[in-house]
Amino acid sequence: MATGSATRDRDIAVLGVGMHPWGKWGRNFVDYGLVAARDALADAGLEWPDIQFVSGADTMRNGYPGYVSGATFAQALGWSGARVASSYAACASGATALSVARAQILAGLCDVALVIGADTTPKGFLAPNAGERGDDPDWLRFRLLGATNPTYFALYARRRMELYGATEADFAAVKVKNARHGLTNPNARYRKEFTQEEVLDSPIVADPLRLFEICATSDGAAAVVVSSTEFAKRHGDASGSPIRVAAVSTVTPQFPNTVIEMPNFSTDSAAGAPAPEHGFRDSIAAAAYEEAGLGPEDLDVAEVYDLSSALELDWYEDIGLCEQGEAEKLLNNGDTTIGGRIPVNPSGGLACFGEAVPAQALAQVCELTWQLRAQAGDRQVENASVGLTINQGLFGHGSSVILTR
Amino acid sequence: MKERKPAIEGWFTMDPDAPALLGTRCAECGSYFFPAERRYCRNPHCASENFDDVELSRRGTVWSYSTNHYEPPAPYMAPDPFVPYTVAAVELAEERIVVMGQVVGDPRDLSVGSEVELVLDTLFEDDEAEHMVWKWRPLAGVGARGGPATGSAEEVR
Repeated sequence: MATGSATRDRDIAVLGVGMHPWGKWGRNFVDYGLVAARDALADAGLEWPDIQFVSGADTMRNGYPGYVSGATFAQALGWSGARVASSYAACASGATALSVARAQILAGLCDVALVIGADTTPKGFLAPNAGERGDDPDWLRFRLLGATNPTYFALYARRRMELYGATEADFAAVKVKNARHGLTNPNARYRKEFTQEEVLDSPIVADPLRLFEICATSDGAAAVVVSSTEFAKRHGDASGSPIRVAAVSTVTPQFPNTVIEMPNFSTDSAAGAPAPEHGFRDSIAAAAYEEAGLGPEDLDVAEVYDLSSALELDWYEDIGLCEQGEAEKLLNNGDTTIGGRIPVNPSGGLACFGEAVPAQALAQVCELTWQLRAQAGDRQVENASVGLTINQGLFGHGSSVILTR
Repeated sequence: MKERKPAIEGWFTMDPDAPALLGTRCAECGSYFFPAERRYCRNPHCASENFDDVELSRRGTVWSYSTNHYEPPAPYMAPDPFVPYTVAAVELAEERIVVMGQVVGDPRDLSVGSEVELVLDTLFEDDEAEHMVWKWRPLAGVGARGGPATGSAEEVR
């Protein structure tokens, strides 16, 4: 465990966090965003007019207001003259919106900012945008291959089985763990315990992955109030010393990216340039560690993107919790369960939430903030002082945030 | 017989016996691209704008594979009733690239590292034509497996 480190020059403070519970509520995404934003403001002890910069994470499924989410939320909260930005980076949108707010703060252009992501999602597979779009790989992969998102998750899962001897029971065990973690999380959509047998009896979606191992899509919202460390000192934080953002990694892949990724038909070719030292997924974490001056040995808790139960195991290796091929051992030892050496997804992860795309990376930050403040109730990780979130957005968007106290 | 048309223009040859994927190769650094890249080389250390058109290797080894049991959303043209299909990601040794494609034949003949070959097959049919696409066919399945398939998928894997 890391000791509380001195404030680094490029840290910012997390003053407040808030969420609207995940579910399938069928309301407008702005409704959810407002609940999360007002909760985050109350948590920070600030009023809306105190906010100088609003950073929205966009949704692509809710028309124009979703493409300009920062302004949409600012108008709904009441035009205050605050400066605004809206970001889209697929599943990484929340982290990108946070990175925009952080840059404004670190550049001295503002002291305090509100970051919001909210979504209302349709049922079933995430489908590409409508129309004949023969030059859009996201449209073409459905048309020519029938390659759904679970197809890609399944390719990684099958490869784990054949290269490292992972079993369907291992994948089911991830779901069982996360379901138990999220059981009493008031913001989780699915609060139900699962046995390994129940998971293994659920229908196969994309072999070897089953229905209960693949993340659903959800409505939900998350918001974070961040400020300069100077502002936090002046404002006085209720919890004494605020949680800090020590790193935000939004890296893109390095050529040649030799792992097949949504929505592509092929990888880059390694015939003309050598493959880089880091694959894309581990480069996301490496950049965050470097920025924070920390390493995997310093982590007390992590929130990783379990789009499938098997993908959580890939992340253990990509964030350096263990060597390649060792993730199943870590899982089955109980190391990543609350009470173990390095709990992963104490919130219950996507297994308990389902994905609300622009809100999800911010929800990870909310969870770690509660963990680091020791406000996580039944799912509290003892003495957590350093946490990492990680996630990857379609079309090459890294997303990792390191929080410290 | 209906006319056979490629489901997308310029991505593969329509040679019925030995079809090939159509890509490009950077004339300077040698990186391959599929689908074809003709603007700027995507190797960040190469500023080339010159590409050679190439047919990619017709054989490769399986990187991974999965059978989809749920009907995907449009624009996939699913048959009615829906039939599960297998997608494989295949490594081409010379191009050092992994290319996805649906699989023709028995997915039980696939394993990571097993050999496959490129073929043409129907993606979907409409009143006007048979729309063709590239697919991967396991070489192990071409007469290599003795007798009828009897084992369950679990046994074979």
